[in-house]
Amino acid sequence: MTTELTAYIEGIGILGPGLTDWPSTREVLTGGQPYLSSKTVMPTPELLPAAERRRASDIVKLTLVTSLEAITVAGLEAASLPSVFSFSNSDGLNCCTICEMLASGDRQISPTRFHNSVHNAAAGYWSIATGAMASSSVLCAFDASFGAGLLDALTQVVVDDSRCILMASDTPYPEPMFSKRPIPDNFGIALVLAPQASLQTKAQIKVSITHDDACKFNDTSLETLRMAIPAARGLPLLQAIAQQKNRRVVLDYLDNTRLAIEVSQC
Amino acid sequence: MKPLLLSRFTATSCIGRGLQETLDALRRRQQALKPCNFETVDLPTFIGEVAGVDDVKMAASMADYNCRNNRLALLGLEQDGFADAVNIAADKYGRDRIGVFIGTSTSGILETELAFRERDPVTGALPAGLIYNKTQNTYSVADFTRQYFGLSGPAAAVSSACSSSAKVFSAARRMMEAGLIDAAVVGGVDTLCLTTLYGFTSLGLLSTQACRPCDTERDGISIGEAAAFALLERPSPNPSSNEDIHAVLLLGIGESSDAYHMSSPHPEGLGARMAMQQALQSAGLNPTDIDYINLHGTATPSNDAAEAKGVTAVFGHDTPCSSTKGATGHTLGAAGAVEAVICALALQNGLIPGGLNTRKTDSLLKLNYQLQNRNQPLAYVMSNSFGFGGTNCSLIFGLAQSEEPNQ
Repeated sequence: MTTELTAYIEGIGILGPGLTDWPSTREVLTGGQPYLSSKTVMPTPELLPAAERRRASDIVKLTLVTSLEAITVAGLEAASLPSVFSFSNSDGLNCCTICEMLASGDRQISPTRFHNSVHNAAAGYWSIATGAMASSSVLCAFDASFGAGLLDALTQVVVDDSRCILMASDTPYPEPMFSKRPIPDNFGIALVLAPQASLQTKAQIKVSITHDDACKFNDTSLETLRMAIPAARGLPLLQAIAQQKNRRVVLDYLDNTRLAIEVSQC
Repeated sequence: MKPLLLSRFTATSCIGRGLQETLDALRRRQQALKPCNFETVDLPTFIGEVAGVDDVKMAASMADYNCRNNRLALLGLEQDGFADAVNIAADKYGRDRIGVFIGTSTSGILETELAFRERDPVTGALPAGLIYNKTQNTYSVADFTRQYFGLSGPAAAVSSACSSSAKVFSAARRMMEAGLIDAAVVGGVDTLCLTTLYGFTSLGLLSTQACRPCDTERDGISIGEAAAFALLERPSPNPSSNEDIHAVLLLGIGESSDAYHMSSPHPEGLGARMAMQQALQSAGLNPTDIDYINLHGTATPSNDAAEAKGVTAVFGHDTPCSSTKGATGHTLGAAGAVEAVICALALQNGLIPGGLNTRKTDSLLKLNYQLQNRNQPLAYVMSNSFGFGGTNCSLIFGLAQSEEPNQ
């Protein structure tokens, strides 16, 4: 028997190379506009207090920008939302700098560098910025991180009968680590998931585990993006939502274990 | 929540390999923290190092995963018949019906720290031998565990600093209740590395002595390393055998976020209090039902003060409590799982482990802090795990017989 998890998507946020927000991304994913890749423009996270804003690394900015877009569209307050953060690595630049310093004659890394190095740094900043005291999951599953985050968020929705926000983001490492892990740019997706349909519902999703092949994009630039950044493995789901028709998509997850998603419009 | 059975569990830390050595060390109040002599680290602090980690040999098929963190994971998995129990469960449920959720904070970062010393002098490139995804990446230890057992169900590393391997129980619970899996391998593995030793130094949070939780003169943590695992299954509907009724159940989980500061806890312990209250609520228990609290008890001035405020707000001043970090050190992302196993041992053996190294309990904390071991039957115990970024998780464990008084 296949277990199927049902949730309703109430809000979507996105930021990545050539993708500035959900309305413009929707145009790209439905073929209304061509996809033109260009370096991700990172906005200033206004929500953070000045001191934290100064110290915020790209992964913090990514999660804040995408989550605020999703929460605003859903018409919700972040303060009471349980959250799931799924990153294939913590902030890449910060990690690389720490490793360089530890290999040098002076190993005195700064306190800010250290607390920014934890995988849950963005979750910490996010809760400070939004005042959210609900539980948060902070996950990593390498290239499977989007799927791992989506499944965890779905279990919160289904088992705990609660709304939940998923934030899947990735940041690049500079060299020399870039050669070991070539993530080309900042990219993030945020989804607000709910257990029941509401006026804000954008789509219903029914998710199960499958061994079917993952959906690919016909557009080579979008397909390159999907394969290059783990969080972008979620883009076929966003395309199905953008197309506003009932469709089954399969997302990459672990090895040959993938996620089948029946997307239907509400 | 629906109770979950810890059908097998194990822990390996500086106080011992496996359950028997761990229990013996707790009973003997064995001191295993030692002045730091790790790698090239030149810091005036104490560490809890697991002996023999570098002697662990990876099978050829797993060679790409070879790093200190996965060597310790392997050492841990091979204690107490844990691997056999997982394989039996895999035969019973199917390898695609067992999830893997492992907590870690730094995974195999040591491998990359060392690789940065070997950069090509001309190009700056890292050595070809560094296999990022199998070692440094945060998922590495969960991937290693999954591959070790040949499992194909859902998996993730949980990495929320020092609450990581408490929160794995929560991830597994949701997956099991959702019906995606029938069992889960949960655990925590973290190993000594330069990032944490120098990082905690930068925050002024490393003790210069063996850490002294809840002491008036506590001055910081002693970093340790550990691998601890549990196999979670649904409990038998009709517990009958002796083994069944002495089994340990996970009964309650509470999680919260401080939303206060990146590296300091909420001064009133508000997030901690919420996590403890939620754990009690999810277990359907009252504060007076809890016989022992295994504190997060890191021995930093601010953690112990904030945690004590949270504990006393929920429990008052009488519930016996202690921190076992004086024995194991603070094993960071592995601490939640190590202390879950210590709670399970405490329940099965009727032992409240007294805290080590604490000479004079800080009276301002107003806790019933246990300095000596106490032998008494325990029905329900709580374990607290809190971390950087204000992440909190409390777990409640109990004996199956306490749940089934008529059996």
